Amino acid sequence: MKLLGYALAAAVVGSSVLAMSNSETVVLVGLQPGAEVDLDAERESFRRDLEIDYPEDNMPNAARIALGKTLFFDPRLSRSGGQSCASCHNPAFAWGDGLPVGVGDHLRPLERRSPSILNLAWAEPLMWDGRAESLEDQALGPMVAKAEMNISLEKLITRLESIPGYASMFAEAFDGDATITPDRVAKSLAAFQRTVISGMAPFDEWVEGDEAAITAQAVRGFELFVGEANCATCHEGWRFTDDAFYDIGLADDDLGRGNIVPNIEVLNYAFKTPGLRNITQRGPYMHDGRLATLRDVIEHYNDGGVARPSRSNEIFPLGLDEQDISDLVAFLETLTSEDTPVEIPVLPH
Amino acid sequence: MKIKSIIAVGTLLAIATAAYASTEHKIMQAGKKFSERRITISVGDTLNFVNDDGTTHNVHSNSAGHEFDLGAQAPGTESSHVFSKPGKVKVRCAIHPKMKIDVNVE
Repeated sequence: MKLLGYALAAAVVGSSVLAMSNSETVVLVGLQPGAEVDLDAERESFRRDLEIDYPEDNMPNAARIALGKTLFFDPRLSRSGGQSCASCHNPAFAWGDGLPVGVGDHLRPLERRSPSILNLAWAEPLMWDGRAESLEDQALGPMVAKAEMNISLEKLITRLESIPGYASMFAEAFDGDATITPDRVAKSLAAFQRTVISGMAPFDEWVEGDEAAITAQAVRGFELFVGEANCATCHEGWRFTDDAFYDIGLADDDLGRGNIVPNIEVLNYAFKTPGLRNITQRGPYMHDGRLATLRDVIEHYNDGGVARPSRSNEIFPLGLDEQDISDLVAFLETLTSEDTPVEIPVLPH
Repeated sequence: MKIKSIIAVGTLLAIATAAYASTEHKIMQAGKKFSERRITISVGDTLNFVNDDGTTHNVHSNSAGHEFDLGAQAPGTESSHVFSKPGKVKVRCAIHPKMKIDVNVE
């Protein structure tokens, strides 16, 4: 199958034939508008690849994963005793919370939306601004953050030590040693989170060769996604993310990764490319939940947002019409899998 | 004796030349990847990074004792860094953190 387009050409043949300025002008070298590209190759590039590269110092085992899951759902990991990791990363909302921005200690709203933890086994770095290098690095951050779970590491360990049922769980997870440490809490949570993987969606069945798995409209949406809508430049691979950071032109006071890496202009207002798996269950959208629907999101990209020096040169007015937008929404709806409901653990006492 | 002296001087010259000789290695940045995943170089060698992508890149390292940051690197531009100390240096892009090259400086 062949597809006409500019952006797909860039994705397929690589940058050696593509040059872009910081303006909205796209200059193609060696390819002409309307050049044919291979849609089958694009389709193949989204095939699921579930092989995980585990960290050498945190190879998983069943007991450690079970411990991590128990900790994840345990509200006693917060100062108030009322907030667990799952409060913001709720499996009923595809591991987000369904709110525009998260809610922290004293139910006060936070500044950014709670990201889903789906498919983080392959993600690095973590957080909207990439300030955590790995799941292990990230795990304790929300607990000690005063605005979030607001518990000190000393208090956390004391509290876990006061729950007799945890001793045997830590022992099973760590070679018979029941010692509870922040490092072990982090490793267990990370081990569990690496098991949170979205299942086969209709799109995956289509990638596997079932032509009837998605509608013709969704196929047209996919062609736009990898073609002139330029989505796949950043939403690439089976997780639909390049784990990179871009200013996508949202009017904002939040500098995002620019706060972490202040010397690079294009990182001002830049946030991590979110994956798109189970995206229909993950609204509202963007880093601050400002957009209610997928159509709103596509309309933002179609407009191009705020033109400023930091805005990615991959963001520009797209010229999509209403039918194109509907086709893209139809495609995105094929990325949701019917996953088995998550069994909530009974907590130790 | 004279021959020995010539050999000795020649050896010293060779050692001196080796001490000051440096090589420049070209690393391409394309498709949000470095052209090499890892490379072994000598102390004093230079890596010359060539952005052949359509997007801005960055080259930096947070490896202890080897920190550097070449800032923003626009499409079509080059930037260089001299590796002056032996060690293992993890070089990354702050914009696309999955762009990695591990530099072993011997």
